[in-house]
Amino acid sequence: MHLFGVIITGIGTIFLFLGNLGILRLPDVYNRVQAGTKCTTLGAFLTIIGVGIMQPAWFWKALLIAVFILVTNPIPSHAIARASRKSGVPLCDRSVVDKTREFEEYEEKG
Amino acid sequence: MIFVFLLVLLMLIAAIAASIFKDLISAVIAAALVSLIAAILFYLLQAPDVAMAEAAIGAALVTVVFIIAIRRTKRFEE
Amino acid sequence: MNGTLIIFLAIIGAGLILCFLRMLKGPTASDRAVAVDTVTTTIVALLVLLGFIFERYVYLDVSLVYSMISFVGLVALARFLERGI
Repeated sequence: MHLFGVIITGIGTIFLFLGNLGILRLPDVYNRVQAGTKCTTLGAFLTIIGVGIMQPAWFWKALLIAVFILVTNPIPSHAIARASRKSGVPLCDRSVVDKTREFEEYEEKG
Repeated sequence: MIFVFLLVLLMLIAAIAASIFKDLISAVIAAALVSLIAAILFYLLQAPDVAMAEAAIGAALVTVVFIIAIRRTKRFEE
Repeated sequence: MNGTLIIFLAIIGAGLILCFLRMLKGPTASDRAVAVDTVTTTIVALLVLLGFIFERYVYLDVSLVYSMISFVGLVALARFLERGI
């Protein structure tokens, strides 16, 4: 039981580090939003559940914190991505497809 | 102990960055980061109630008040 | 067991340094906002791990309050950026 919790906490910690590395390394705001919200949500969830498994009296409160993170973490990242698209932050020059611009051109043509 | 030194160093860097940014929105973001690390330092000094108040006030309230103030005035500092 | 937890703390601290570099370097305000969002989520996990190391049950309340209330400031900032200058 205890070793299982240590392993899950380790996996979550590695996911947290990979998310932070993606924040530094990726070329664009939108790619950074993706790395910073998906990877970090999974990492924080696994870390908190692992602490709840290592200390079984704490499990329900840890599960409550993990569920709150799972609910409230996508809200600001979605709002920031939408706001940066509306305020004209450019995509990186290696990006292939831009569906939002195609949709706007389609709307203008009618 | 090294962890506390690291946190204090990051807090100093964020405070200096908040004072030298010309874009005031970026300065508000750096100030939010300063109060976020201050919450961890209160936590490490065994005062969880003060850390809770600092988290609630510094993360939510101060940022919203600063953004309302910036909306009424200018965004870029000359 | 205690050494393993120290290694986990070191990995999370290295990640915090990387996020700070992006916060200092980022070209626009949106990059800095994304970096602060990631730092917030990392710090919630860090507070739970520190509460396990100190072995105090009360310390989880700080993390609970933080995970509930931390998105308000970033949503207000995104509303400001969306409406333009």
